[in-house]
Amino acid sequence: MKKEIPLLITFIAGMVMILQFFIPHRPFSDLQQLFNTWFLIITVFAMILGLGNLFKVHTKRLQRRPKGWWYSIVLLAGFAVMFTVGMVWGPARGTPFDYLFWNVHIPMSSMMFALLAFFVASASYRAFRARTPEATLLLVSAILVMIGRVPLGNYIWDKLPLIGDWIMSYPNMAGQRAIMIGIALGIVSTSLRIILGIERTYLSGK
Amino acid sequence: MSILERFEKVDRRIIFLLTLLAVVIPLLLPIGFKIKVSEPVQKFYEAVEALPPGSKVLVSSEYDPSTMPEVYPMNQALARHCFKKDIKIIGMGLWPQGIPLNQASMEQAAEEYGKEYGVDYVNLGYKAGGIVVISAAAENMPNTFPLDYAGRPIEEFEIMKGIRNFDNIDLIISLSAGDPGVRHWVMIAQGRYGKKVAGGVTAVSAPAFYPYLDAGQLQGLLGGMKGAAEYETILGASGTASRGMDAQSIAHGLIIFFILFANFFYLLGKRKKR
Repeated sequence: MKKEIPLLITFIAGMVMILQFFIPHRPFSDLQQLFNTWFLIITVFAMILGLGNLFKVHTKRLQRRPKGWWYSIVLLAGFAVMFTVGMVWGPARGTPFDYLFWNVHIPMSSMMFALLAFFVASASYRAFRARTPEATLLLVSAILVMIGRVPLGNYIWDKLPLIGDWIMSYPNMAGQRAIMIGIALGIVSTSLRIILGIERTYLSGK
Repeated sequence: MSILERFEKVDRRIIFLLTLLAVVIPLLLPIGFKIKVSEPVQKFYEAVEALPPGSKVLVSSEYDPSTMPEVYPMNQALARHCFKKDIKIIGMGLWPQGIPLNQASMEQAAEEYGKEYGVDYVNLGYKAGGIVVISAAAENMPNTFPLDYAGRPIEEFEIMKGIRNFDNIDLIISLSAGDPGVRHWVMIAQGRYGKKVAGGVTAVSAPAFYPYLDAGQLQGLLGGMKGAAEYETILGASGTASRGMDAQSIAHGLIIFFILFANFFYLLGKRKKR
């Protein structure tokens, strides 16, 4: 029964969601709304579980003290501060939570992402080599798109933006469509396997 | 070590320093490159421009501070465009950190155009659940978002009067830096409910949205800082994106130079070995 009940729930939920898509009328439309509400409630509990797990993992790290254990103190302290100010004053504009968001979180987060520019520049010098014809093709396309997508390209040669747009609108779009169709077919087949109970790894990992 | 090998193995700190200079100098001493408006941005502008005054636009913010330099200027320009045209904005988000950013954009524009919270704009806040939130809001908005981002009941706000579901929304715009984001709005709001959807995305994810644009499932697309700068250009209001384009141009030029320079010595070395 440990497996049969979850399989039955999955089958019913999956079939209702498929049927409501093709028959958007009662009772399926009502069931869809009901399932949506349930999903939103479960998601919140999943987030709480995630937070609990994060807390547990880092508390354990503090007890065991492996290498870099003090990063966990930073994480837990940050978590405690944001959680407390958020719960006490709420997230509205002008609250301490909002102040910390704009003056601590945003600068730190932006700084982390800004570092990417340096790594991209370094990688472009060290790793982007025309070793094979395919790599050369990729390299030439990347250069044309990169220069065609900034105003500087227009100054170098006014046809560069057009070439960049052409690469985006034709070879890129054809490739993207192929990837999207492939992903969609994969999702459909995996979903059907789960709904019909063929794919059961999500239940026990076996 | 030969000169060839030296060039191939340049100290990465030199590369970092050159990158820093390529970004900082144009920010301090703007060059003022002319920005040309591309078709996806023109379409985005026209989608908003076509709405009559009093229309209601749903702006969903699916980004966070890490992608702020690219998406936040879009958010600001969009808020200005809407308020300039007397279009009302209903804000929400599928990423929690996008909420204060959307709120700040709307507040800033509201101050410039004398708009009032609850009457001309509102922020419904974040709701966990991704694609299901879109589906739930499409059927019943007050049930999905009973409170605004600060915990006030939405019935208090004039702007929410008469809003039952997506039938009462004229245009949906998702400003996103990943999933859930534009893709999901197209899948549910456009694909399922036939609503007009436009999007603003990061430059790195923009290529993935061209098929939607080509198929007419997206009304328009702002791609990265360049898209935001083009949008600012159409609106005739220079913002942070327009100012950032000089730095981005020079940085792109430098990276291209690095690629060509390194490959030149790589190919030269390969030829010598033969």
